[in-house]
Amino acid sequence: MAETILWVLRGSERESARWIEYRVTTEEGMVVLDALHWIQAYLAPDLAVRWNCKAAKCGSCSAEVNGRPRLLCKTRLSDFPEGEAISVEPMRAFPLIRDLVTDVSWNYRVNARMAPFDPPKDAPEEAWRWQQEDIERVQEFRRCIECFLCQDVCHVLRNHETENEFAGPRYLVRAAGLEMHPMDQGDRLSYLRSDAGIGYCNITKCCTEVCPEHIKITDNAIIPLKERVADRYYDPIRIAWRKLRGESEPGEPSAPQT
Amino acid sequence: MTEIEPRSHDVLIIGAGGAGLRAAIAAAEAGASVGLVCKSLLGKAHTVMAEGGIAAALAHVAERDSWQVHFRDTMVGGKLLNDPRMAEIHAREAPERVRELERWGAVFDRTRDGRILQRPFGGHTHPRLAHVGDRTGLEMIRTLQDRAVAAAIAVYMECTITHLGMTDDRVSGAIGYWRTDGRPAVFPAKTVVLATGGVGRMYEVTSNSWEYSADGHALAYLAGAELIDMEFVQFHPTGMVWPPGVRGLLVTEAVRGEGGILRNSDGERFMWKYLPDARRHEYAETDEEATRWVEALTEGRQTDARQPPELSTRDNVARAIYTEVKEGRGSPHGGVFLDISYLPSDRVRRKLPSMYEQFLELADVDITKVPMEVGPTQHYMMGGVRVDAETGATTRPGLYAAGEVAGGMHGANRLGGNSLSDLLVFGRRAGTAAADAARAERVMPQLSPVQVDDALAELEAPLTRQHGEDPYRIHEELRATMQSLVGIYRTETELDEALASIADLRRRWDEVRVDGPRIFNPGWDLVFELRNMLLVSEAVTRSARMRTESRGAHSRLDHTLTEQAWEHLNVVVSPDGPGMRVETTATVAMTDDQRLLASKG
Ligand SMILES: Cc1cc2nc3c(=O)[nH]c(=O)nc-3n(C[C@H](O)[C@H](O)[C@H](O)COP(=O)(O)OP(=O)(O)OC[C@H]3O[C@@H](n4cnc5c(N)ncnc54)[C@H](O)[C@@H]3O)c2cc1C
Ligand code: SF4
Ligand code: SF4
Ligand code: FES
Repeated sequence: MAETILWVLRGSERESARWIEYRVTTEEGMVVLDALHWIQAYLAPDLAVRWNCKAAKCGSCSAEVNGRPRLLCKTRLSDFPEGEAISVEPMRAFPLIRDLVTDVSWNYRVNARMAPFDPPKDAPEEAWRWQQEDIERVQEFRRCIECFLCQDVCHVLRNHETENEFAGPRYLVRAAGLEMHPMDQGDRLSYLRSDAGIGYCNITKCCTEVCPEHIKITDNAIIPLKERVADRYYDPIRIAWRKLRGESEPGEPSAPQT
Repeated sequence: MTEIEPRSHDVLIIGAGGAGLRAAIAAAEAGASVGLVCKSLLGKAHTVMAEGGIAAALAHVAERDSWQVHFRDTMVGGKLLNDPRMAEIHAREAPERVRELERWGAVFDRTRDGRILQRPFGGHTHPRLAHVGDRTGLEMIRTLQDRAVAAAIAVYMECTITHLGMTDDRVSGAIGYWRTDGRPAVFPAKTVVLATGGVGRMYEVTSNSWEYSADGHALAYLAGAELIDMEFVQFHPTGMVWPPGVRGLLVTEAVRGEGGILRNSDGERFMWKYLPDARRHEYAETDEEATRWVEALTEGRQTDARQPPELSTRDNVARAIYTEVKEGRGSPHGGVFLDISYLPSDRVRRKLPSMYEQFLELADVDITKVPMEVGPTQHYMMGGVRVDAETGATTRPGLYAAGEVAGGMHGANRLGGNSLSDLLVFGRRAGTAAADAARAERVMPQLSPVQVDDALAELEAPLTRQHGEDPYRIHEELRATMQSLVGIYRTETELDEALASIADLRRRWDEVRVDGPRIFNPGWDLVFELRNMLLVSEAVTRSARMRTESRGAHSRLDHTLTEQAWEHLNVVVSPDGPGMRVETTATVAMTDDQRLLASKG
């Protein structure tokens, strides 16, 4: 039996949270979440941490390990140099509830503002036939497990000044999944430009780097959406055409429900 | 008391997995005001973990498939103990429920002609499981979640229900606490739907998450409702066995559905030995025939080759693996080998992406190159709250149940893929029925202050006790008891031993104590979960003791035969004062048509 030292940031307020050292008896193959469960069972029964699947499928156990946003159930203790302490702290972009648990409800509110899937009401059966290669991109976006690690790492959200203006990478991924769905008729471009604030993203790709589902958030979702928005709103020919026809703004998306 | 703000709804749904979400959508469509409560964040319920697929006779891959064959497979798989009305409704309605998911935005894998692709699974005569790689549950829950959000259903996340409210003999709401701040939560409701899932945390080795503490089973029982088939606990044949931290984590049956071969340490393909004689003709006869079947599958064509022996039903494969290991032919970490590495590596990665990642990242095993090590893991609860087939109504007025927490649909053994379809079919029915029943209730019930105070005092007690035992110790012992004495193989002596141990743990539970605040305190969560698990462990053990035969997932070493006499009996558990009543009841008889279908093939 080996021993690993874990430093866990504990408390219910950021200002007063304290680093506590735990010496954990470890076995081969353990992940950080196992170590935290060991602490709960033997040292601190009230240690707060979210988890469900233990298999990187539910996106509950997000936190920062040695300063990097990670899924706790997917981070092996053996990934770190032996003998060195490992630090675990809550995601920084969200308000603290207690210990490793943060208040991520903001994400759910952002989500509710997006226009939902909107297929034609009476499309014939054949229209619902798609080739596998035509849906692979949409399936990539639908792999998202809502771990919010990309939201955590994105500097636009992390510094808290722009969080009301920017929906964040997770929701650009969701929008892309809807926009590129073969049957969706919704129009979210105006929403993306204004409400979702897609312009705030300056393509640093930090979100793509942390995504445990390896979704190419920036290249496959954000950049194509930015292009669509640019085509509509900044394409000089389109703008000239709209002026000519006396149109003001392109059609608003169907009203999002909350 | 004054600070508690009651949240009233026509229909309160406890649980936001596939069953709860589908029920909520149906109830809202029927015009009810709906509240949806869950212990975790929305979208994290167990359903998200489902991998292999949703069973529905769409007949996209095998034209010969039909609801009739699906019905037969389900009854045969359940060893005829299933409620045949549920099995029929399920088989008939599953295809429409899957198509509906697609209309709501789900994006399933496709056949060559562009329709929803279906994969083979154990016990299903034809390829039948609609899927998205090996993350079907995620697709399902996200689709339902989006739909529920768009319907503006009130969702109460991270709220644990610990008590059901009663007005006379009617269930009239629920009481619990907010995990995020520890405050009491009170939900008066005209009708309540339980959709809380399973019981896995009673066992040491399980594929289930922390949420599976038998809450709904216990809440129903405590409200006076009956539980049925509780002796039938499904052990999935293939869970990870190494490393220790992930022991029990599921290795989807899709691995075998895609051609995975089971071997023991002698390299023997042992499943040939374990096919039951009555079903042998449904499986390939030789390695060569099994290979032809896999090739046809890979190329997406029809074939007359029969399926490989690895696709036998779960109860059978689990016993086979258990026996191989016990007789000394196991793998280094106490499992057997499951090999898919003989298939082209890009195919394995495309069809089983999360299995590939899971083994690579958690066990340093590349499944495209070497075999996996696997062994049985507690996976699913066939038993549950006894319900009416059409409506999901329990034996308590005002209370409904759907999904894994409900019993009857799967009999003695559930076929893979039949749970996700069950959630959709019966979730929808329960939601509609609960909304209809709520409409008939004119006034919103009030939960009596006495009732609420009692519940809150019970919640408070472990936090204020000066001395007492740590709930983690009791939980550890309960899991060890259930694992070793009420596992895959059972005997009366061991079941008696288990009952004594559960009774002892139950006494110790009365004095349990927790430290720390009420905010997000897992020790405190565990106290009430333990109450539920102790109760339901007893129900499982007593039911297992009563059934003196072996059938499906219930194997008795002291009663090894499947007895004709038991074919028509379900075991039912209900409260009897402070005691537990356990008795048999006649199964729902099949109609002549159903009998004919079930005996075909
Ligand atoms: C790893 C794995 C893979 C699987 N793969 C498949 C598959 O491929 N095909 C298939 O058909 N089946 C599969 N199953 C089985 C299937 O996933 C489950 O049976 C099914 O998802 C259960 O759904 P449910 O809606 O009944 O409950 P869940 O999805 O588990 O939801 C339960 C809900 O109840 C809530 N809850 C519980 N207790 C309380 C309480 N006290 N207060 C408030 N809320 C509460 C929880 O928070 C949760 O929201 C799999 C199971 C596992 C574990
Ligand atoms: S690429 Fe855009 S969304 Fe992603 S982290 Fe950078 S700024 Fe944020
Ligand atoms: S896009 Fe990736 S990082 Fe972002 S929430 Fe989804 S899974 Fe997590
Ligand atoms: S526990 Fe589900 S992702 Fe880690």
